[in-house]
Formats: sequence, C-alpha cells, structure tokens
Amino acid sequence: MDSAAPVAVSAMPQGNQGPKANHGSTPREDQIAALVKRRNASNAVAGGIMFAAAASSVAITCGIVAMLTLESLPFFREVNLWDFLTDTMWAPLFAAPRYGILPLIAGTFVTTLVALAIALPIGTIIAVYLSEFAPHTVREVIKPATELLSAVPTIVFGYFALQVVTPALQTFIPDLPTFNMLSAGIVMGIMIIPYVSSLSEDALRAVPMLLREGSYGMGASRMQTAFKVVIPSAISGLAAAYILGISRAIGETMIVAVAAGMQPNLTLDPRQPAETITAYIVQVSLGDVEHGTVAFHSIFAAGATLFVLTLGLNVFGHYLRKRYRKAY
Amino acid sequence: MDQQTAKIVARRKREDRLFKLLGIGCTLIALATLAVLLGNLLYTGFSRLDWQFLTSFPSRKAESAGILAASVGTLAVIAVTALTAVPLGIAAGVYMEEYARKGRINTIIEVNIANLAGVPSVIYGLLGLGLFVYYFHLGHSILSAGLTLGLLVLPIVIVATREALRTIPVHIREAAYALGATKWQVVRHHLVRYALGGISTGVIIALSRAIGETAPLIVIGAVTFIRFLPTSPFEAPFPHHAFDWLQSPFAVLPNQMFDWTSRPTEDFHRNAAASGIVLIAVTLTLNAVAIFVRYRARRNIKW
Amino acid sequence: MSVEAQFAQPRPGNTVLTGNTAPLGNTAPHQRPHMTEASKPASPQLPPLKAHAKKLSFFYGTHQALHAIDLPLVDMHVTALIGPSGCGKSTFLRCFNRIHDLYPNTRYDGEIILYPSAANIISRDVDPIEMRMRIGMVFQKPNPFPKSIFENVAYGLRLKGIRNATELKDRVETALKSTAIWEEVKNRLNKSAYDLSGGQQQRLCIARAVAAEPEMLLMDEPCSALDPIASGKIEDLIRELRKKYAVLIVTHNMQQASRASDYTAFMYMGKLVEFGATTDIFTNPKSKETEDYVTGRFG
Repeated sequence: MDSAAPVAVSAMPQGNQGPKANHGSTPREDQIAALVKRRNASNAVAGGIMFAAAASSVAITCGIVAMLTLESLPFFREVNLWDFLTDTMWAPLFAAPRYGILPLIAGTFVTTLVALAIALPIGTIIAVYLSEFAPHTVREVIKPATELLSAVPTIVFGYFALQVVTPALQTFIPDLPTFNMLSAGIVMGIMIIPYVSSLSEDALRAVPMLLREGSYGMGASRMQTAFKVVIPSAISGLAAAYILGISRAIGETMIVAVAAGMQPNLTLDPRQPAETITAYIVQVSLGDVEHGTVAFHSIFAAGATLFVLTLGLNVFGHYLRKRYRKAY
Repeated sequence: MDQQTAKIVARRKREDRLFKLLGIGCTLIALATLAVLLGNLLYTGFSRLDWQFLTSFPSRKAESAGILAASVGTLAVIAVTALTAVPLGIAAGVYMEEYARKGRINTIIEVNIANLAGVPSVIYGLLGLGLFVYYFHLGHSILSAGLTLGLLVLPIVIVATREALRTIPVHIREAAYALGATKWQVVRHHLVRYALGGISTGVIIALSRAIGETAPLIVIGAVTFIRFLPTSPFEAPFPHHAFDWLQSPFAVLPNQMFDWTSRPTEDFHRNAAASGIVLIAVTLTLNAVAIFVRYRARRNIKW
Repeated sequence: MSVEAQFAQPRPGNTVLTGNTAPLGNTAPHQRPHMTEASKPASPQLPPLKAHAKKLSFFYGTHQALHAIDLPLVDMHVTALIGPSGCGKSTFLRCFNRIHDLYPNTRYDGEIILYPSAANIISRDVDPIEMRMRIGMVFQKPNPFPKSIFENVAYGLRLKGIRNATELKDRVETALKSTAIWEEVKNRLNKSAYDLSGGQQQRLCIARAVAAEPEMLLMDEPCSALDPIASGKIEDLIRELRKKYAVLIVTHNMQQASRASDYTAFMYMGKLVEFGATTDIFTNPKSKETEDYVTGRFG
C-alpha cells in the first residue's frame, strides 16, 4: 500500500473475508475465557496469601502488645503501678524486693544522653558535608563506608567499649570504674552515627535545588546556604532522623549490658556504673529465673515501659518524616 | 566598599573551607573508630584464631575452648530465620506495593511496618519468650530463636522488596497487563524477577543483622555452654526425626562472645576477640556481597 | 459543531453494526462511513466494523476526561486519533483494553462494542484480562521486558496457554517476520531485548503484540520516542498490519496520520469533534477547529 492516503482508503480490500483464516491452534474465545477463569482463581488465592503476609506484620505488633500486657499483669498484681513509677530503688532479688523503675530509667536516660551528645552533632555534620560540600564521588564512597558501622554487631561494640574505650578513658579520668555509663554511651553514640547521618542526608537532599540556587544566586557561600536555607527547610526531616536516633539509643542493649554494668543505680553522673531497662532484661534472662515468678514477669513490665517509650518516639518520627516528604 | 566585599568573600571562603575540614574530620572519626575496633580485635584475637578454636566445644579452660557449637547454632538459627522472613517479607512487600489500594487498612499496615522497624530488638526477645517458648511450647530451642529473629528482620525484607518494586517503571507493568496477564502473573513473571537484585540485597542485610543479634536470643534462652551439636537432619531417619534439630537447645556466636567478654580473665577476652573477628568477618562480608549484588543489579537492568 | 450533530445521521442503527457479519460486497470507493454520505438507515455500503464506541465517557475520579464519544472502527483499516495534547486521545485508546482498570478511581460510561462477538468491552461482566488477550497494544515508549528477544515475543503466546516449544518457535518467527525485524534479530534471539535500538525495540513490541494474534491493535503514539528513519519503518509496518487487523493509532504527527491512516478522528477537550475518511479530514474538514488544527494554526 502506498502512502497516498486518499487512494488508500478506496483501494482497501473491503468486506468480510474472515481475517483470521490462518490461525492454526490459536485458542478460541471460549478457551480463553476458561483459561482466564482459572487464572483469576489463582490470582485471587495468591492475593489472599500476600494480604495475609502483610497483615501478619500487624499481628506481630498485636503479639508484642499482647505479650507485654499479659505477662506483665501478674507483675502489677504484686507491685502497684504507683510504686513501680515512683520508687527510687530497683532490687528484685532482695528479701523484701523493691521495684521502682526510676533507677533503670535514669540509666537509660544518661547513656542515651551521652550517645546523643556524640551522634547528633557528628551525624549532622557528616550529613551536611556529604549533601552540600562533598563531590559526588566522595559521597558515593563515604556513605557506604559509614554505613558499615551499622553492620558491626552490637556485642562487638560492647566488647570494644569495655576493652578499648574504658581503659582509654581511664587515662583521663583515673578513678573511672571498669563499668561506667560514659564509655557505653560514647560507643553507642558512634554506633548511631550512620543512622543519624544517613536519614539526615536524605532529608537535606530532598530540599529542592531551586532553593539552593536562589541562595547561591545572591552570592551566599556554601555554608550560608547550608545553614540558612537548606537546614531550615529540612528541619522536620532532621528532627525525624534525631528521633529515630534517640529511639535506637534507648533500645540498645548489648553495649550497655557489657560496658555500663548491671547494678541499678539512681544517678545522673555518667562516670558511674548503672543499669538500663534493656540491660535489666538481659540480666534477668541470663539467670535462672523460674517461669511465673515476679522476677520473670518484671522483665515484661520493664519491656512494656521500653516499648511505650520507643513507640511514642517512632510514631512521632514517622509523622515528621511523612511531613517532609509531603512538603516536596 | 570593594575592599570590604573582598574581605567578606574571603572570610566566607575561609568558613567554607573550615566546615569542609570539619566534615571530613567527623567522617574520619566514624571511620577511625571502625579501624581501631577492627585493629584491636585482630591484635587481641588473631593469634587465638586457629583450627582448634573453630572446631572445639566451649570449655572451662580458655585455651581449649572453641566456637563449634556456636557456629553450628548460628547457622541453624539463621536457616530458620531465612525460611520465615524471606517468603513472608517478599509476599508482604509485594502486597503493599502491587495489590494494596490506598485505604485505611493499608495505612495501618504501612505505619505498623515503619514502627516494627523501630522496636528494640530485646522486645522481640520478650515476644519470642512469651509467644514461642511458653505459649506455643516450642521451648528454648533453635526453632523459637529462628522464628524470633525472623520476625525481627521481617521489616527489613519488606522495605527492601517495596523499594525494589518501586524502581520498576509503570510501562513494564502495563506491557504485561496489556498482553492479558493477571496481577499474579505480572508479579511472578516480571516484577519479582526484575526486583530480585534489590530484594536479595535486603535479604542479605537482614540475615547479616540477624547473625549479629545477641539480646533477643539471651531473652529466648540461648545457652553458652553446650558440648553437643543438634541432631543432623541428614543423618536422622526421615521424617520422624529429621526435624529434631529444631527442638535442640542452642548456642550462637554473638552470645558466645558475650559470655567470654563478661568473664574477668584476660585469656577469655582473647577468645571473645577471636569470636568477634569471626562474627565481623561474616557480617562485613555479607554487607560487601549486598553492595555488590545491588551494584550488579543496577548495571544489568537499566530502565 | 457537536459530535451529536455529526453523528445524528450517519449512525446507521444497530442493524448494520450488529449484522456486519453478513458479506457486504464491494464497497464503492467513495462510500465511506462519513456522516454526510450515510443518511440512509442500515446503509449496506458501510464497511464492516471491528468495534464501535458508543457514548463513551470516562472519568478520573470526578474529572470527566471523555465526553460521550461515538466512534466506529472499521475492520482492516487504520483509524488515527489526532488532537492537541491532553485532548483525551490516549485516554480513549486505553479504554479499549481496559488498561485504566489498573488504576483506582477510574470509571467508564457508555459502551464499546467489539465485533463480531458484539461483546461490550467496558461492561462489568466482561473480564478485562480476556479483553487484553484479544486486543493488542503498543505503547508510546518501547517497553520490552528485560528478557530475551524470544521470550518477549513468546510471552503473549504463553499467556494464551501455548506451551509446545516448536509451535512457540514458529509463531515467534512468524511474528518477527511480520514486523520486518526477523532478519535483524534471527541470530540473537536469546540476547536481551535491551541490546536493540529504540526503533528495533518498538518493532519487537509490535511483534509481541501481534504474536498472540489479537483481534485488533491499539497503538499509542508508537513513533513519538523514535527518530524519523525508525518512525518510517513503523509506518510502513502499520500499513502492512491493516491487511490483518483493525488498527487504532494515536498520533500527534499530522503527516503520519495522513500517510498511514484511512480514517481520522479529531478530538478536542475530551470530545470527538470530527470523524471521517482521512482524505476528507485533511482536505475538506467540516469543522473550523479541525481545519485550524490540521493546518497547524493551533495545537
């Protein structure tokens, strides 16, 4: 057929000469319909299974909540909630046991604070450097390299804190005890750096180029652009990164269990040994605690406290992240 | 005026240079810590790392102790973890990305997965202890431990699957649908295959994470002094005893390292360092493999 | 000029459309389903139709993208859809294989009747999967699967339940020959489709669509991502394909529409403004908007 359209129409073969004459074994309509019916059935089954898998993640959360609630109920039958929250002593193995969570919370609080004092500034500076200053190739190398830090098992960090960092600190602070919150907190902070820097960098990079160009266009330096334009625009993303960092620090277990000691100690002095909520759970689990005793149920009560703390932070962090994603 | 501008510009440039140095410095702090950590482990533990160490059971005497039971235990637990988390995580990820329509149920699932990723690992231990060990009566076993770690790393697999699926362009899906494929066929014939690079990366990272987990297994009841191996599934008569190993008590590498670390004497610390080297070698290798797989997947398929 | 006005007369009533299985004999060259001609009811001169969109409307959520479109598609002819960007050409085309069903909050209204079975493509009772097996589609951007050349073409056949290896091989070869790419790929059927050039990929995608021997072909701007030489080859191919299929093609290229199509429909803002033989649309348009558009005065 030639490209002359007007002729083309008139010269077309018209009429109905069964165009699909040479079809051989091409399935007929009814066969196709049967095929499709069968497939739709397996499609539905597969969809159902996959929905069940996705729903199972909700079941995990429900399982966690249920376990923490059910297994800590016997504990709260023995110990009243008010004492639990206000008593300043945690001594489950005494003849007259005391279950005040405050010393454990104080331990968690101090180690977390030390960790954040390390992780937030360093993590943020790395993020700003990678996102605003570093050339592309440097970023491609450094980002995975720092993320290797998060591939190190936490028990190895615990060993590192106890065997390397504490002796090193003891040269500056001679009377520092072998187990102390300072060393555990510092190592925990280093462990958290990649979480903070990676999420912060994502937030910074999500800031549109246009804003930066506007700033550079007026003669601003890189640092001015970073601190006066980019960071303020990415503030909710940075906050989300920080909150997830805090949540990590609160939930971290092995570093504090190894290096901070396992004695409940109501103090805010990081040079002292103390026990965190997580370390307590480990301590009890290591011993031969009978299933069903108050001590057994006390780890679920401690776990519930930990869960509430981190859940609140996670929900808030998730909300902030959603917000900055929506902004751009 | 001009001179003043020049001064300001010079100062700004100086600030920029300083900040750049600060950035490099901070990055180096992180990397140097890693280097010191590795260096110390090698310095302390490398001499301890011999055939005897790899093939011996734990012992009261540090110099004759080894990580055989712990290595086998780790392998067994991770096998259960992989069998739990991989199918479940991929299925859930596919559902979220391909099947779910925007709605309240899916918002709930989505927020839920984000939160699960942030739940401290020790709490998964409590879940496993309450649910698997006592409620389902699975005991302080390899099965309980593997399932617990499976749930722990599930969000990593789900998120990796979703991200990998998201990189597949819409027009590939439409091409398959336009030929008359059902959703399940599109998933099976196309999406899962093209996303395999990203999914494998996520799976490897997830398993590497599971290998290093200590706290939840302490809670589940890992033992550190065990002088026998679980029944081999290949020797036991099938089918009645082929799964006996699942009910076996277990030791795992990180817990073995924890046990040795918390002992007071120097020679046990050397054992701890040696097991730390093994542990870190495994996790860093897995991470390197993951990076390589991701790189290859990106190179092979360019949309 | 409203579509209604244009179609008031030509719509020859259901008798012809549903009864088009009867041989219609030789149609005189000048007698095409153009509105002005077909004032007689049940016009026997109308060529057999492959499909007929009747009062087809389409909604994205609350936004109405298509407004009661009436358009007959003549079998074994090429119908081109032209119109400015965003006029709904692609939306209209994509109704024919229900690809819109993949996305939430979409709604069809009206009918698209597919002949000879007279099934309503967009009816709820019709399975979209089945329709997609029966109607082939080629997309704007070449979109081969990241699989081998062979597997790309065989995929539609496999979906239709064909498993026999020799049959697959034969039919893949036939399809590749019919899209004039066989000579270029016959020695590397197991190589990735991504090794092909853009134009070759698009011909491969056409081969993939025709391999399963669909009843009609939809083409959504199949040349827009290609260079002129590759586009020329696709155009030649389209002229070949109409010997076997009814082809509905969206194009933004006026020359292409005039060269490759037999009928042309001009759409504007979700409405069908004018439909007729391509010659008439380009040389003697009835509507001012059509004239402005085809002469390049707007759009």
